[in-house]
Amino acid sequence: MKTSVREAKGGVQILDLKGKITIGSGDVQLRETINKLVEEGKKNILINMADVTTIDSSGIGELVGCYTSVTNKGGKLKLLHLPPKISDVLTVTQLITVFDVYESEGEAVASFAA
Amino acid sequence: MSSPRANRETGPIRMSLSSRFENIEMAQHLCGKLLEGYDLPEEKRHWILMALREALANAIKHGNSQDQAKRVHLDMDVIDDTLQMRIRDEGNGFDPSGVADPLAPENRLKTSGRGIFYMRTFMDEVSFRPVDGGGMEIVLKKHLIREGQKEEKGP
Repeated sequence: MKTSVREAKGGVQILDLKGKITIGSGDVQLRETINKLVEEGKKNILINMADVTTIDSSGIGELVGCYTSVTNKGGKLKLLHLPPKISDVLTVTQLITVFDVYESEGEAVASFAA
Repeated sequence: MSSPRANRETGPIRMSLSSRFENIEMAQHLCGKLLEGYDLPEEKRHWILMALREALANAIKHGNSQDQAKRVHLDMDVIDDTLQMRIRDEGNGFDPSGVADPLAPENRLKTSGRGIFYMRTFMDEVSFRPVDGGGMEIVLKKHLIREGQKEEKGP
């Protein structure tokens, strides 16, 4: 998996993910990237999932772990551009209600200021 | 009339894999080959491969504890239009009834414990049995529809 971080209005960190978030390939990388942002004091994080091709239960577990660690530090973690199959995987485990999910980057970034 | 084994050109497939996550995609690729000839919606095919991924990851991580000396045994075949996949590890076994319900509010934010749930969600039948001599076998079954046949049952 490839990751890149860019900063948007209001200091929101947008994490663009590309590739797989599966066991042994991307799952730990996601956690480490989020932990680094949190350690740097960057607590408003938007994960852009548009180019995520595959996710499994391990990847879902890491997403949940990232959500918890950011929230526990007083931050917010939200999701952008969920591919349909990833949305389905979050829906069947009732996690879709846990995450704030956006289809528009502008709306997502603005929501952190609300 | 359907033949007892619809895809004789490909199946059955029997593999013995080392306990490495990198092997999951190879097994998924071969499962995909086995499914060729079935007019499966892309989504249904995707969920079958995800269930296989979860079963193999479970065997590698929890069954064999990623011990390279231990193998994961995979048998795949299509019999009477039903895909059957057997995944056996060489670990110490576990009690599937002891796995917590990932939908329970107290488990919703746990970072693990969803693999078996996904297998049960995406397949028609999922069964577990301890193997004589050690290890656990997971059997996954999914009814397939032959090309030209009408689908009688939802995904």
